[in-house]
Parts: sequence; C-alpha cells; structure tokens
Amino acid sequence: MSKLVLRRIDRNNEEMLVNFGPQHPSTHGVLNFLVETDGEVMRRAVPDIGYLHRSLEKIGEIVGYPGYMPYTDRIDYLAAMFANEGYAIAVEKLIKVEVPKRAQYLRAISCELNRIASHLVSIGTMATDIGAVTPLVYALREREAINDLIEALCGARLTYNYHRIGGVAFDMPEGWRDKVLAFLDRFDSLLQEWDRLITWNEIYLKRLGGVAVITREQAIDYGLVGPNLRGSGVDWDVRRDMPYGAYPDFKFDVPIGRGWAGTVGDAFDRYYVRVLEMAQSSRIARQALEHMPEGEYMAKVPRKIKPEAAEVMSRVESARGEMAYYLVSDGTERAYRVRARTGSFLAMGIIEDISSGLMIADLIALIASLDVVAPETDR
Amino acid sequence: MTTNEIHERLKAHFGDAVGPLSEPKVDPFVVVKGDRIVEACRWLKETPGVELDFCEDLTAVDWPKRNAIEVVYHLFSYKHRHGIVLKVEADRAQPAVPSVEGVWKAANWMEREVFDLFGVVFKGHPDLRRVMLPDDWVGHPLRKDYQEAGGFHGIPNLRENPLVELRRLDEVRLAEEAKRNPPPPPPPAPPKAPAAPAAAGPGGAPPAPSTPPAPPKA
Amino acid sequence: MPSKFSFAFPRPATRRALFVASMAAVVIIPFALFALLVLYLPFIQQPVFFAFVRESLGRDPATWAGTQWIYAAALLVAGILLFTFASVSGGIFSWYERRVAGRIQSRIGPNRVGAFGFFQWVADAVKLLFKEDLVPADADSLLFRAAPYFVVAGMTLTLVALPFGQSVIVGDLNVGIFYILAVTSLIVVGILLSGWSSNSKWALFGGMRSAAQVISYEVPSGLAIMTPVLMAGTLSMQGIIQAQGGWPWQWFIARNPAAFVAFFILFTSQLAEANRTPFDLPEAESELVAGYMSEYSGFRFALYFLVEWANLWIISAVAVSLFLGGWQIPGMSAQDWAALRGAGALPRPTWWLWQFLSVCVFAAKTMVLVTVVIWIRWTLPRIRVDQMMNLCWKYLVPAGFVALLFTLGWEMAVARHPLVELVSGGLIFALFVYAVFRFFVLTRRNISRVVGDRVDLTNW
Repeated sequence: MSKLVLRRIDRNNEEMLVNFGPQHPSTHGVLNFLVETDGEVMRRAVPDIGYLHRSLEKIGEIVGYPGYMPYTDRIDYLAAMFANEGYAIAVEKLIKVEVPKRAQYLRAISCELNRIASHLVSIGTMATDIGAVTPLVYALREREAINDLIEALCGARLTYNYHRIGGVAFDMPEGWRDKVLAFLDRFDSLLQEWDRLITWNEIYLKRLGGVAVITREQAIDYGLVGPNLRGSGVDWDVRRDMPYGAYPDFKFDVPIGRGWAGTVGDAFDRYYVRVLEMAQSSRIARQALEHMPEGEYMAKVPRKIKPEAAEVMSRVESARGEMAYYLVSDGTERAYRVRARTGSFLAMGIIEDISSGLMIADLIALIASLDVVAPETDR
Repeated sequence: MTTNEIHERLKAHFGDAVGPLSEPKVDPFVVVKGDRIVEACRWLKETPGVELDFCEDLTAVDWPKRNAIEVVYHLFSYKHRHGIVLKVEADRAQPAVPSVEGVWKAANWMEREVFDLFGVVFKGHPDLRRVMLPDDWVGHPLRKDYQEAGGFHGIPNLRENPLVELRRLDEVRLAEEAKRNPPPPPPPAPPKAPAAPAAAGPGGAPPAPSTPPAPPKA
Repeated sequence: MPSKFSFAFPRPATRRALFVASMAAVVIIPFALFALLVLYLPFIQQPVFFAFVRESLGRDPATWAGTQWIYAAALLVAGILLFTFASVSGGIFSWYERRVAGRIQSRIGPNRVGAFGFFQWVADAVKLLFKEDLVPADADSLLFRAAPYFVVAGMTLTLVALPFGQSVIVGDLNVGIFYILAVTSLIVVGILLSGWSSNSKWALFGGMRSAAQVISYEVPSGLAIMTPVLMAGTLSMQGIIQAQGGWPWQWFIARNPAAFVAFFILFTSQLAEANRTPFDLPEAESELVAGYMSEYSGFRFALYFLVEWANLWIISAVAVSLFLGGWQIPGMSAQDWAALRGAGALPRPTWWLWQFLSVCVFAAKTMVLVTVVIWIRWTLPRIRVDQMMNLCWKYLVPAGFVALLFTLGWEMAVARHPLVELVSGGLIFALFVYAVFRFFVLTRRNISRVVGDRVDLTNW
C-alpha cells in the first residue's frame, strides 16, 4: 500500500481506511482501492494500480514488429482482437501496405464476435456485483459458444494472435459461416431474455439509476472513451466517424445514453449502451458474413519489416473504448516506441474524483459500469 | 480544419514558441516550446473553431542521442473532427514540463504515468506520484538507459535454471540423509578358507561373499 | 495398487449400490423424520403419555414422585429430535437450493455425490468438520467462539412452537407467535457478536448492517402478524390455524384483503430477517466477501449456514401457519378431528395416520414457499442499505398499520355479515387461480421465443 497515499489521506477518527482488493471477488482484475469510509458513505476512493504491470511497452522495443503481435493480446485479454487489429493497422500505415478486402472482412467479423464476448463478461459481472448471479451464467453460456467459434477460426479461446501485419493468419474454416449465423440467431433471442430477466428489473434500475453520473463535459474532459463516453451522451464511435478496415461497408447504429433510468450518464446508461452494442455487433457480423468477398486473406509483406523513421497513431474502437497505438519507428527492425493508450486507464482516473459521497455499493456499481479491466490499466 | 490550418493559426497566435509542422512522413507533429505549452493547449481547447477538447494521448519518447525526452500530446476535437500532435522537448538530465492538467483532466493520470516511467516532472500537477510502479521503486523503466536493479526488497529478479536448481537441491538432501544415516561399514573380508567342496551347493557354485547393499540412488 | 473401492472411478456395482442407497435416502429420510415427529410429539403430551402408561403398565404415573423428571427427560428427547430435524432439513434444503439454482441458471446442480447429488450436503458437512478450527489471534476468543451458538439457539428455540400437524407440536404456547418473534431476535445478538469479535473491518461492516436490517424489519413483521392474530383472536399458533379452514378460500390470506397485503409484508420482512436476497447485504459476496462470517471456518461456519437454511423452513412455516392454513386438510373440520380421536384418553390408531397426513399437508405448503424463496434469491439482485431502510420504514410499516386498521374494521363488519368473508375468499382465490394461469401462459410464450437451446458445434 502506498505510503505516499497514506500521508495524503488525513482521516478524522470516525473513518476507516479500508483496502478494497487487490484480491476481491468484485473488482475486475487485480486492482486495489483505498477507501476512506465511515461504514457506508465514502469520503474518497483512491485507486491503486500496477499489480498487473508487465512492461509491455518496453517489450515492444525489443521484439520486432511481427513478434509483438502476441503481446498485444495481453494488453487486453478480454478483447484481444481489437488490440491485435490496432497494432496491425499502425504497422501497416508505417510500411504502407494495403490489406485485402477479405482480410478486412475477417478482421471485422472476429472483432465483432470478440466485442460481443467482452460485453457479455462485462454485463454478466456487473449483474453479479449488483447481486444477481443468474445473468452471469447465461452470459458465460453464450460466451462459451463464441469461444468455440473463435477457437475453430484461430486456435485460441482467449489470447487469439489472429491478426497479422497485412491481413489475418487463417481463413475461415469450412462451415464456420453457418455456425456463426446459427449462433447469432440464438444470440438475438438471448438478448430479449436478458432484458426481461435483469435489465428492466425494478431493483436493478434502482441500484444503477442516478448512480455515479458522469456528465458529457466530464466524460470528454477526463478522456473517457467507448461505452463510457457514449453512455454520457456523446455521439462518437471510431468505427463510424473515423472508419477503418471494412466498416464503411456496414450499416449499424451507435447507441447513446438516453437516461433510461432517469439521468443521462448514470451507471445504467453505460450498462445499457453495452447491451445495445451487442445487438449492433451481431448485425455487423451478419452483414460481413453475407457479403464476404473472395480473395487473399493476407497481403504481401516483406519478410523483414523495416519501416522508415516516422511515427504513426492508429485508433480502433475496442470493446472498452478507443484503443490508440502510437508507434515511433527509427528505421530499424525494432520499434523505437510502442504505446497503447487504453480506455480503462483513463477510466480509473475519473474514479477518485467521482467517488466522494458515494456509498460502497455504488462504488462497486461505478467500477463495474466503467468496465475497467486490470490488464488494460496496467499493461 | 486540417492539421495545416490548425498549425497556421497556432503559429499566428504564438509566433516563435511554435515550431514548423514536421515532414508528414506518416503523421506530422509540431514542436512547441515547453514554457508556452500550457497557454498553447488552453488556446487550442478554447478557441472557437479549433476546440480540441479531447486529450487523446499524453506520452513520452526517450531520445538519448539528442539528449532529450519528447513529451507527445495527441489532441482531438469531437466537435470539428480534427486534431494535431504537439511535442515538447525536455532536457534529458532534468526533464521538467509544465502540466496541462488544468486544461484537460485526462492529463492527470497520463502525466503521472509519464513521470512514473520516464521521470519527467510536471510542474503544477496537483498529485505527481507514481501510478503503476510501487512508490519506492528506483529508476524510470522506459528510459533507454534503464538498468534493472538486481531485485526488489530482497526478491531477486533472476532465478536459477529449475533443472539445475532441482538437481542441486536433490544432492543437498541426499548428502544430509547420508550424514544422518551413515551407510554401515563393509564387514571384514572372510578369512581365506581352503576351497571346501562340501560347502559347494549341488549346482557347483561357491557361496558368494555377502556385500553390503548399495546406498539408494535417487 | 488399485483398492477394491475407488472413489474416483467406482465400479458399476458400486455405482448402482450408491444410486439405490441415495434414492432410498431421498425418500426415506424426510418421511422418517416426519414419522418420528408424528409418533413422538403427540405422544409426549401429558394426558396421552400418562394414559398410555396407565393402560400398558397398569400403574398411575400421576402418583409417582419423579414424574416431572420423566417428563423433562421426554422433552429433552423431543428437543434433540427437533434439533436433528432442523439440521437434517437444513442440509436437505442446501441440496435442494443448489439443484434449483442450477436449473434456474441453465446448468445442473450437484450430481456427483449420490443420485442427483443428494449426499452433497453430507460431504460438505464432513468436509467442514475436518477443517482447521481457526480463531484469529486478535479476535475476542470467548465471544468469537460463542457467537455461532447464539444464532443456533435463536433458530432452534423457534422450533418448539411450530405446529407441524394437528397435534404434532412440542408446546402449544398460548403466546405462540409472539414467542417465535421474540426468540428469532437472538439471531441478531449472534450476528453482532460475530461481527465485532472477529476484529476485522469487513466483518464489522457486515455485522452492523445485518443488525440494522434485522432489527428494522422486526417492526413490519410484527405489524403484519397482528392481522391474522386479530382475525383468529389468539396468539397461539394452533389457535390461528384452527381459525382457518382446509380449502384455499378459507385461508386467512383469502378471507381478508388486508390479510392478503399483510402476507406480502410478512414474507418480505421475513426474507430480510433471514438475510436472503434481495436483502443479503450482510453476506454480500461481491462486496464484503462473507460479511460477518468472513473470519469463520470449519464447523462454526457450517453452523451459520445451517441456521440460514433452517431459517428457510422456519420463515416459510410461520407464513404458512399464519396465512395459508397450516396443516388444515381440505374437508376436515374440528368436529371430524374430534371424532377421529375418539373419546378415550389414548387416541385411536387411525388418528395417527391422519396426523401424518396433516404433517404432509403442512410440509407440502412449506416446501412451495421455500421454493419461492429460493426462486427469488436466484432471480433478483440485491438492494442497497439505504434503499432497504427506505423500504422498511417508508413503505412496509405504514402499509402494515393500514392493514391492521383495515382488519379492525373488517372484523367488525364480518361479525355482522359473515357473507363478506366468503365473498372475499372466493374473489381472492379466483384472482390467485387466474394469476397462476397467466403465469403459465407467459412462461410458455417466453420459452417458445428463445430459439433452440444449444448451438450445434459437434462436428469439429
């Protein structure tokens, strides 16, 4: 526990300093919060991260450009396809390689399936934190089907290492398309069941409605991205507004927080934006599967990747928001600097300022609604 | 507004403090003088028409050859959908840059990360302390000349090869066992008796002298 | 060297034997327990017992010197029997809850240890017995050790007044329901003690929250109980049940609209007192790990869980007795029972069978409510502390008062026009039947909307 933090916290006698974590059934990953509280209401919750810091940015300077791809999986293991794709797009911009259409479609399908899987974990664990255990089991049941599908595609259930610089690693297997379509049919009916079970449950609405409201200005100022930003009412989605890959070919809606439970930007808005995004992901995946072009799934890329000395910034809309890669190259085979700016890191930054006056149960709701995961926060 | 136009307006307002737009090899950037960076950022955020309200990324790159640490600011505007990349060069020996935390709150944690991993001190930051590494860590890892300390609080960061280590531990254990239960000394050699045909068994094989059992091999 | 009996891969013969044994246990254990209760409890009522001794042994126990000691010994045996019943039923409910929870969550519950996993609770109890008995070094050791026993005492003492059957009750106190309410408060003492003596911030949080919750919800509980007490005119449990009838429209819940409301107030308050979701903040796993139970391990932990599951039975039993007619068999009136018993001091043999039947009716109704409690637990999320207090003091207590006042007026009206009760009974029963029908229709429709149950990924 940080001694510097302790010195800063001057408590009066009625308050306790409680450690929320780092091993905890509730916080998402290995995160620690130092909470000053008098029993129910918190004066402040100071996040304490770094338990999962694996110096991935330094490793990027050592392994070559192609070799870094498996490491990007670990930047966010729940939404690994996006991390792969962001890095691949950055390097492709550097070496000026054009990705074939089929590969772009495959990237889009794998990413949208991964988005569904990641959101399932997010809303399932959120429901569990609020107290309802059953939705988690339903979410994981569907996620198992996605894991099986992606395992058929690329061989791994969690850290995929599927995208490559210039395309993707493998083509779709035989019959995979029909399995995915069958899954999506089933999944759409699950979403209805989900809404009936937990989303519009009175107690759930009471727990999340009006809790931890993040206004539009705060969301932009603190740099929140993804469903956190959209839940506060900002209409921004990298896939639609700065499109990359095959996304210009697809029609989809971007759900924004509308204050379904009372206030725009409360925890329920962020939660429901994720639920609606899953339906949109399913839509995109269907369109991609139906209009899949023929062709190569990997471009011709030089064996040794040695870009000119330049720097590039690439953005993808990951499940947790906009993941941006900043690559600096100095003309050699190894990157000079790899930087992954993730959505969860900035979401941790807002927790301390919003948490004063909240109750402990609301802190749990806040952390769950921001969908903070430790690997993205610490890298 | 394109990046060029933003750069033109910035230069028009701040004159010498703003450098030229770099060669757009892939992404161009602008070098700004460190002491004017806060005003420049505030101007960029508040000027109507520019309004860069999203601090997308705030990071640093270490250039030991140029003896500088570059702090890189990626700025973006949701309203106008344009952006620019600013860079501030800080002296590598004592890197200090004014903090833009007052302009965008997102800079708060990102500057803490740059301080943590590069050692750049941000003047005016309300809470500058390490964010990921433990508070008593020595050194700034993302610098190019970072040397790992041999361990942390007595935990070494190198480990013996497990194959070698386990074999060594086995030998230590066997030696201790041998010390505790010393093997019995071999019995004195039997006196040289004349070969006794009567002692020979029906198979004709002479009785073999008993030998002490060999110590158990691991 | 493979042994003759392997736990991991039992031979087919062993598996079959285990299956048969556990199926037998599923059926026999509850029936045996009930049968024991039925045979023993009416028997130890003083008149019956003495009459039996008089007739069988020919001597008059009333003239002996140590009669009270014999009677005390008999009651002690009854207590042990009841405690065994509570423990075993606690274990069986844990199995039932896990199976039901599994099916609700579209998975199988325990299914390894015995047929349908029936012996899982035995395995868990044995495992907990074998665990290390930890007392944290900084904990207050006497209070830490004593706290679970307060909780167990609070649970066990209520069993004395629970009416299992027409004469199957240990002591038909004339303040039955009041006694039950009073004695369940011992559980609060136990929770507070365990939370405080654990010397851990989390346990303290949990203990404080739980104490606040249970004490607050005693109030609407008591208010809701007043309604059937007013309708029956007595605090005695048997009296309240005897004031109801066997048919659903004769139950208190149907005879008085305020009683209908009071039933739900009572049910909610009892859920809160038993720390069940949606009121399980004190044990909120995702926030406090295990709340006031965090520092407990081994058998002390098992005692807390035993009490939680036995409490399931108790709260359902109380609700059934007060509102749903208790052990009343449809069609049997008080005169029928008296006729069955016969005039002698020792009842006729068929009377025992009918007792057993009344116990079965009681058990069936209680099991329905237990299933509802379990169902609620695995469907609803948890409400926050301040929302819970709001609910109690701003909604349930005023509603309880209103129900009480309404019942006062109702009883006066009923005294003049007894038909009102019949009308109300019929209407509410019809409403209930309609609700059940709609429930089934909606469930069928929801199920049919979901496409298939699995995605076929078999041919990889």
